Amino acid sequence: MSELAIEREIDRSKMSISDEVAIQITGMNKWYGQFHVLRDINLTVNRGERIVIAGPSGSGKSTMIRCLNALEEHQEGQIIVDGTELTSDLKNIDKIRSEVGMCFQHFNLFPHLTILENCTLAPIWVRKTPKKEAEELAMHFLEKVKIPDQAHKYPGMLSGGQQQRVAIARSLCMKPRIMLFDEPTSALDPEMIKEVLDTMIELAEEGMTMLCVTHEMGFARQVANRVIFMADGQIVEQNEPEEFFNNPKSERTQQFLSQILGH
Amino acid sequence: MSTLTDPPKTAFRLSMLINDTRYRSLTFQALAFLALALSFVYLGNNLVENLRTAGLNINFGFLGDTAGYDISQRLVEYGNQDSHSRAALVGLLNTVLVAFLACITATVFGVIAGVLRLSNNWLVSKLMAFYVEIFRNIPVLIWIIIIFTVMTAVMPAPRAYRGDNATASMLLDAVAFTNRGVYIPMPFFENGLMPGQTLNWLVVLVVAVGSWFAARKINVWATAKQEESGVRPKTLPMVLGVWLVPFVIMMLIMGLAWEYPALKGFNFQGGIKIGGPLIALWFALSIYTGAFIAENVRAGIQAVSKGQTEAAAALGLRPGKVMNLVVLPQALRIIIPPLISQYLNITKNSSLAIAVGYADITATLGGITLNQTGRAIECVLLLMAFYLTASLLISAVMNVYNASVKLKER
Repeated sequence: MSELAIEREIDRSKMSISDEVAIQITGMNKWYGQFHVLRDINLTVNRGERIVIAGPSGSGKSTMIRCLNALEEHQEGQIIVDGTELTSDLKNIDKIRSEVGMCFQHFNLFPHLTILENCTLAPIWVRKTPKKEAEELAMHFLEKVKIPDQAHKYPGMLSGGQQQRVAIARSLCMKPRIMLFDEPTSALDPEMIKEVLDTMIELAEEGMTMLCVTHEMGFARQVANRVIFMADGQIVEQNEPEEFFNNPKSERTQQFLSQILGH
Repeated sequence: MSTLTDPPKTAFRLSMLINDTRYRSLTFQALAFLALALSFVYLGNNLVENLRTAGLNINFGFLGDTAGYDISQRLVEYGNQDSHSRAALVGLLNTVLVAFLACITATVFGVIAGVLRLSNNWLVSKLMAFYVEIFRNIPVLIWIIIIFTVMTAVMPAPRAYRGDNATASMLLDAVAFTNRGVYIPMPFFENGLMPGQTLNWLVVLVVAVGSWFAARKINVWATAKQEESGVRPKTLPMVLGVWLVPFVIMMLIMGLAWEYPALKGFNFQGGIKIGGPLIALWFALSIYTGAFIAENVRAGIQAVSKGQTEAAAALGLRPGKVMNLVVLPQALRIIIPPLISQYLNITKNSSLAIAVGYADITATLGGITLNQTGRAIECVLLLMAFYLTASLLISAVMNVYNASVKLKER
C-alpha cells in the first residue's frame, strides 16, 4: 500500500487524547443466524483517539463499527457511546446517532437533493435548526472540505472524491463528537484518495474521536494512535502503529501485513 | 474551393447505400417509410373499393337519428327518443365515470398492498403477495363476471325488503343492497343559494377549492416558519379547520337534507342508484389493476438502495422522516411512469363493461348503435378517436406530474 497518499506534515502534537472515555464496548457478540460474526469484542476508546481498524475482508470490521450507531444490532454485551448505553430504546438510539457521524464506502449522498440540501437535511429536521443558520453551517463545513463552489450542484455531478468530502461535511453538520469511517476511500480512484485522506487528517488534528475501517496503511501509520487488527470476528491484536507494523505479535497479523505490504 | 486539409472525397457508389454507415440507416428508413405508405394506400383503396361494391358510404348523419334504446345507468338526462349522439355521450360519460373511480381505488389498493408487502410481519407480507398473485394472474374479464354473478346471487331482491316479515333490511334505514345495485341517500339543499341543485353543488366546489388554497397557504406558512425558527408548527388542526369550518357553515346555511331511497312498487325509488354492473366493473378493475400497481410501488421503494436509508438513519432521522424526505422522493420517480400505463389500462379495460351490461361507450356507440345502424366503420372510427384522445389526455396530465417528481440532475 502506498504511503504517498499523504504528503503534508502531520502535527501529532495537536492530537491530544483525554482520559475521558468516548466508547466502551464490553463482551459484545453478534450472530447472523447461525454465523458468529463478532466474538467477544472488548474495546475502550478515549476522547480524541484515532483508531484504525484493519483486517481481511469478512473479519467483521464494518459490522463492528456499524453496531456503534445501531445500524446493526448486537445480541450480547454492552456498548456505551458518549455516556449513553446503546439499547433497543429509541431515545438512546436517536441520541447516539445525532452524536456519532458516519461516512460510507459508497458515500450514500441523497441524489435528489443538492449538495447544500444534503448537508442541511439533518440539522433542519433533527436538530430543528433554522434554515438560514443550517445553510451557514453547511457552507462553513463545505469550505472546510474545500468544495463551497459545488453547493448548488447535485451529487451525480461531482467526482467520487468530492462526493466523499461532501459526505464528511454532511456528517460534520450534525456537530458529532465521534466519527465513524467505513472504508471511506475503497471506492475511489488513487488520485482522489489523497483529497479525502487530507480532509480526514484535518479532522484528526482538530481532536475528533475517529474510528476508521481502512486499508490505507499509510494513513494508519501517520494518523492513528492505535491500530486494531481483526480476523474472524475477533480483535486479534491492537497496538501503536509503529509497534504494530514493525513487530506484529500474532502470526495472523504477520501474514496479513506481509500480504498487503509485501509488494 | 477544396484545400489540402479536406479529406479525400470518395466517389459515391450505389453499394454505399447498404454498406456505408452514413447512408445505411437512411436507406432503411426510406424503405420502411415507402412500405408503410404503400400499405396505407392499399388499405385505403381496399376500403373505398369494398364500400362501393357494398353500396355504402362514410356518413356520420346517423348520429342525429333517434336511438330508440334505453340506458339505465346514466349521468345526464336521456330517453329512448334521444339521438344516437346523445346515447354516445351517455356512454362516454359512463366510461369516464368508471375509469375515474377505478383509477382512484386501484391506486389506494395498490399503494396499501405494495407497502404492506414490504412489511416485516410475515403474515401481512404473505397475504399481500397472495393478493397480488391471485388477482393479476386471472383475466380481468373473469373477475368482472365473478363479482357481478356473486353480487346478483347473494344480494336480496328489492321485494325482500317488503312486508312485515321482510327478509332484508336497509343499513341504518338509508342504504339498500339489492341484486340490482346499491341504493344510497342523495344529498340535496333545501334552501340553496342558487336556483337549481347543480348550481348549488358548483358553489360547494368553489368553497372546496378555496379551502384547498387556504390549506396550501398554511403549508407554505409552516415551511417559512420552520426555516425561520427551526420548529415546524403543527398544521393538522388548522388544515382540518379550513376544510371543515366553511363546509359545515355552508351546509347549515344551504340546509343540507337527504333524500332516502324507499321501496315503491317493485323497486326502490329516490336516492342514488349505483347499479350492479357499475359496482362489478369498478371493483374488478380496481382490485385487478391494484395488484399491478402494488408491484410498481414495491419496485419503486425497493429500488432505493439500502445505503440511502442507512445514511439517513445514521444522521439521526427517524424512520417516518427517512421515508418522506429520502425514500419516497426517489421512489416516486420510479413508480410514476408505470402508473401512467396502469391508468391507461384501466381506461381501455373499462370497455369490458359490455360483459355485464354496463352502458359505456363501447356498449352504446360501439354496440347497440353500431348494430342498429350498420355504420360499423364510422362507429369504430369514433370509438378509436375517443379512446386515443382519452389516453393521450391521461398521459399528458400524468407526464406533467412525472416531470415534477423526476430526478433533476444525475
